[in-house]
Amino acid sequence: MIAELLDGKRVCICAGSGGVGKTTTSAAIALGMAKRGAKVAVVTIDPANRLAGALGLDDLDNEPHRVPAEQLTGTEVTGELWAMMLDPKRTFDELIERLAPDPERVQDIKANRVYSELSSAVSGSQEFTAMAKLYELDQEGEFDLLVLDTPPSRNALDFLEAPRRLNAFLEGRMLQALVRPTGLGMRVLGLGTTPLLAALRRVTGVDLVADLGRFFQLLSGMTQGFSQRATGVQELLSAPTTAFLVVTSAEREPIDEAIWFHRMITEEGFRFAGVVVNRVHHDLLTDRDMLGEREPGDVRRGLTRVLSDDLASRVAENFVDYHRLAERDNHNLSRLEETLDGQPLVMVPQLDDDIHDLQGLQDVHRYLFAAGKERDRLIAELVA
Amino acid sequence: MSDLFEKRLLFVMGKGGVGKSTAAITLGLVAARRGLRTVVAELASQERAQRVFEQNGELFRELRLANNLFTISVDPQHAMEEYLQVKVGPLGAALSSSRLFSAFAMATPGMRDLLSIGKVWELAQFERRTRGAAPYDLVIVDAPATGHGIGLLRTPATFGTIARVGPIAHQAQTIAETIANRSVTGVVAVTTAEEMPVNETIGLRQALNDDGLELDLVIVNGLYPARFGPDDLGELTAALERARSRRSRSALRAALSEQARVRIQQEQRARLHSEVNGRLADLPYVFAEQVGPEQLGALADRLAAQLAGSEKAAT
Repeated sequence: MIAELLDGKRVCICAGSGGVGKTTTSAAIALGMAKRGAKVAVVTIDPANRLAGALGLDDLDNEPHRVPAEQLTGTEVTGELWAMMLDPKRTFDELIERLAPDPERVQDIKANRVYSELSSAVSGSQEFTAMAKLYELDQEGEFDLLVLDTPPSRNALDFLEAPRRLNAFLEGRMLQALVRPTGLGMRVLGLGTTPLLAALRRVTGVDLVADLGRFFQLLSGMTQGFSQRATGVQELLSAPTTAFLVVTSAEREPIDEAIWFHRMITEEGFRFAGVVVNRVHHDLLTDRDMLGEREPGDVRRGLTRVLSDDLASRVAENFVDYHRLAERDNHNLSRLEETLDGQPLVMVPQLDDDIHDLQGLQDVHRYLFAAGKERDRLIAELVA
Repeated sequence: MSDLFEKRLLFVMGKGGVGKSTAAITLGLVAARRGLRTVVAELASQERAQRVFEQNGELFRELRLANNLFTISVDPQHAMEEYLQVKVGPLGAALSSSRLFSAFAMATPGMRDLLSIGKVWELAQFERRTRGAAPYDLVIVDAPATGHGIGLLRTPATFGTIARVGPIAHQAQTIAETIANRSVTGVVAVTTAEEMPVNETIGLRQALNDDGLELDLVIVNGLYPARFGPDDLGELTAALERARSRRSRSALRAALSEQARVRIQQEQRARLHSEVNGRLADLPYVFAEQVGPEQLGALADRLAAQLAGSEKAAT
């Protein structure tokens, strides 16, 4: 399924709320496409330790590394699987190094307090640097496909707006606008001739304004570079070869978020490729005649043929709970389907284990890439 | 833990998807039942608390959910306007109505966080800045996902250092002192018993300790009922070999699957327990379609019993 959705794409952005298995999904997609002959790099944000180990992500130099062949034994990979873990601070530093006119300026910027705040602690720096890294890897053109695992944003909007906000700040547009009436540019900051600036200084404190002024002085001459890259990122996101996949679980809030993401991606004019729903409690539902039987008693009676009474009761109780989850998932999924109106939806069942190694990725990958009958067979195998 | 409800400000933190908002509201309900006038402040603008209580209030205003229990969704922009009008007077009002100024303030790194946490701090004051507002005994903050949450706690101190002098620096330093004061401020982590959330919780504890703070309580959310032990495994597997009806087979698969997941949860919970020195409270997985007032009440019963139990143990 996924292979068809990503046919002809060079970039796949996996968006979604936190805790829905975005990293695992991104890695499984990358693995699947590498198995199909592509040279793929997956950019992860914060993988589980063991998954990071499995992908050979112990190297923290902020560049993709090829996943060692011995890790991939037991699965045929005709292409290449590469992986990296994003280091926001480092990506930011690299960006400055690229755009600054000389090494002295790089040093000065790195030593600036506003910059050190900006590049590490601030919300939005992960989103910003993830986009920056994606852009760079795309420009280098080393890979057939880049899969981006996005940071856990507060909400769908932040995922796109945070980079824009930070970029607007770096370009100094806000400050330029503030000081424009005097026509003297950034240097006015220290003087505070406009009433607005005077008020700003009064509220924020003189030093903060001065620090910001110094910071923008350091950045002067680089704003063009920031603007160009922002345009470049925007073009990359809007390119017909860039696909957005929304990842979610079947629970209510993540589904709400997924609906939001879908709307936002469509409104922005990006290519929405589909939704991956993880951890679906599958298919106990398809057995229509079971839906009315909420009483564990009926299930229990059947089970007593193969189990002791006590265990049969517990299995029956458990089944009723399970059933309720499947119903809940089904309800949420139908809300999502309504929004999608026929656009692709790929389900991955709730698996029994945390996914933390390549075997686990393989399992997820099978569901993601299976089509039609193969899917049905996999799910039947899982359920009964 | 016995003094958890003696504090005025509780930050509830956790990775996305672990049920942090539900846990924050549950904690709020426990406090409210104890007679504490409590507000749950949501910083991620999701209005989860309202939804649990099936209410639909005006955005960014305090809203009553139940007896003694309130909620508010904190928005940086709104918090800034309020702050400027109250603190800076007419000039502030002029500033806050300037679109340029607010665009500038919103774009200034860290400013959004500072404004959000400033509002939270204001909610916790005995003398409220907001005109006509009654004081709260307890403010529970439903913080953004972990990595960002710790950044939020650090923001006032960082800002205090960067701005050094002036009203913002002064305000930031005051807030930073409140956060650093352990008799006033507490931190509650929420996690599920899975690898990544447990890792983050352990990481959070480390980060808090680095800042001289402590994790006052860890709520382990979403625990499955342990219906099957390792002893049952053999019988279940054998039964699956013999069972013929589709329904029985499905039920047995579900049981085996549950058994496997409970085992993982127990391992992860044990790992967490050994790392955070036993300050854990467990909440069960909610099988209902959604968490409504009824489910919340049941969760609050469970949490209250465990908190009371550990208070007894402490005295």
